[in-house]
Amino acid sequence: MSVGAPPGGGRSGSALAGRFERRWAAAILVALGLLGLLPLAAPREDVVNFVFLILLSITLAQSWNIVAGYAGQVNLGHAAFFGLGALVARTLWTDGRPIVVAMIAGAAIATLFALLIGVAAFRLRGAYFAIGTLALGEILRSTVSNVLPEISTLPTQTIAAYRLTQRYYLALALAAVSVLVVAVLAGSRLGLGMRAIREDEEAAEASGVGALRLKLTALALSTGLAGLAGGLFAFYHISYYPSHPFGPHWTFDALLMTFIGGVGTLHGPVLGAVIYVVLKEYVALRWVDFHLLIFGAVFIAIVLLLPGGLVQAAERARRLITR
Amino acid sequence: MTVLAQQLVLGLLIGGLYGLAAAGLSLVFGVMKVLDVAHGELIMLGGYAAFFAVGLLGLDPFASLLVVIPLSLLLGVALYWGLFGFVVRADEETRVKNSLLIGFGLALTLHALAVLLWTADERSIVTPYGGAVLSVGTLSIPVIRLASLAIAFALIGGLHLLLVRWRWGKAVRATAEDWQAALLTGIDVRRAYLLAFAIGTALAGAAGTLVTIGYSVSPSIGLEWTLKALIVVVLAGLGSMLGTFVGGLLLGVAEAASAATFGGPYREVVGLVLFVVVLVIRPRGLFGR
Repeated sequence: MSVGAPPGGGRSGSALAGRFERRWAAAILVALGLLGLLPLAAPREDVVNFVFLILLSITLAQSWNIVAGYAGQVNLGHAAFFGLGALVARTLWTDGRPIVVAMIAGAAIATLFALLIGVAAFRLRGAYFAIGTLALGEILRSTVSNVLPEISTLPTQTIAAYRLTQRYYLALALAAVSVLVVAVLAGSRLGLGMRAIREDEEAAEASGVGALRLKLTALALSTGLAGLAGGLFAFYHISYYPSHPFGPHWTFDALLMTFIGGVGTLHGPVLGAVIYVVLKEYVALRWVDFHLLIFGAVFIAIVLLLPGGLVQAAERARRLITR
Repeated sequence: MTVLAQQLVLGLLIGGLYGLAAAGLSLVFGVMKVLDVAHGELIMLGGYAAFFAVGLLGLDPFASLLVVIPLSLLLGVALYWGLFGFVVRADEETRVKNSLLIGFGLALTLHALAVLLWTADERSIVTPYGGAVLSVGTLSIPVIRLASLAIAFALIGGLHLLLVRWRWGKAVRATAEDWQAALLTGIDVRRAYLLAFAIGTALAGAAGTLVTIGYSVSPSIGLEWTLKALIVVVLAGLGSMLGTFVGGLLLGVAEAASAATFGGPYREVVGLVLFVVVLVIRPRGLFGR
């Protein structure tokens, strides 16, 4: 019962799996393309905001999925990179740089930081890596809230020029990029090496896979996407505490979405993100935080009984029917 | 100078609680190879149990330990049967990883449950002797925290004796050393696991009681205490309960010293930095074998 077991076990890594994932990638990209029509068809702000949240969550979940799902390294400090992306992008953007430049700079800093600490952190295996990164995330959050205790609010002329559709299309593009990155990775030699490390690091090393190099590559891709997502957060929110995007709940959200959908698959995190945000928004209307009770329980059940998440459940159901 | 000495004394006093909080986690991790990141939430539940034992039964705060510890033991047995008993069937690497994930889910669930049941407010226990202070030279020592330190030390000492002298305590230690060898000598390894987990949960309950008496409890203290316990476990290494206690004292003093040097807000950061450094450089811990 490995953590990142894909649905259908032995099928992953074969040419069949590549084709399987390409088909899912195409379906998801078409769906995202259709969502591009949403602001034209239904210009209601609450609907657009709602879909924006789903898109941001897809990017966040997919970014975590790369390092945890494919390379098998449970990174519990993911929020640190989301936060770094937000911090850098917000600073540069409010200084007058274009948002896209600011976001890319944020992602670059997040990736650089990840590579710097990754060399040390990857000396730790399994659970030690997880708790080490958890501590790292908390160090950053504490430090940022000490150094920058003031709330960050956009200047009035920026608020006056605020257009939601801009943010929406940026989120759509980011979600598409994250899906594309994972799709290309899943079908590539690189992705195959990562999965080999996830299944058995010693065996992978013995068969010539450079484990450290591949783990660092996975971490760089993952944190780069997380940094971009953080930049989007900084572009979207009018005011927030600078330490907020460093909060551990960003990591936990990504973890829950990925596991509920199906860790180590292309479409699992997308499915997880949609379900998570829909349920969270509707349940939160009536009971604050009640969704965490539900998701916590579902998550435990998935780890114990269904390590491949909903994707695996669907696969099993399909096989029962077609048999 | 007296200000610094005063801060160090306060650091030492809370360090005892760090040690007690870490002892349960260390026992469970050492014996079962299960990393229960919901340990802080178990401490939180212990804190609420103490709060209600004092409020509803009118017990003396310290006497509430006599109610909380048995309740926590039962909770530990239930959690083992319901959740962690399934995890120990897997091989070691999967076991650590899965237990981490299950502990995480449990932490989330217990936190959300506590918010629903008891709201997110902070609560503390008010005692008639709450403000009492012992003056030693220029230092003033809060009596309650001194008593908490003494109780924490007594509990750890008791646990140490239990593990060294008691038949089943020896079985637990043997299982921690090498479960396959323990199995071959006829030890019921599953029962040793159950025992370790129940005692670990009881220690969390006791720690929660002392935290609520000396400080306060709210649903969100879990993550903070899990991190403290993890830091101490990594600092001290596995295998010795007394070493864990010393590790706790060390963390308390290190936090106080850093708060005095860099300012109060950085006390959390120093412990975490220590943690990461020791984890990377000496994963066995300072006192670990």
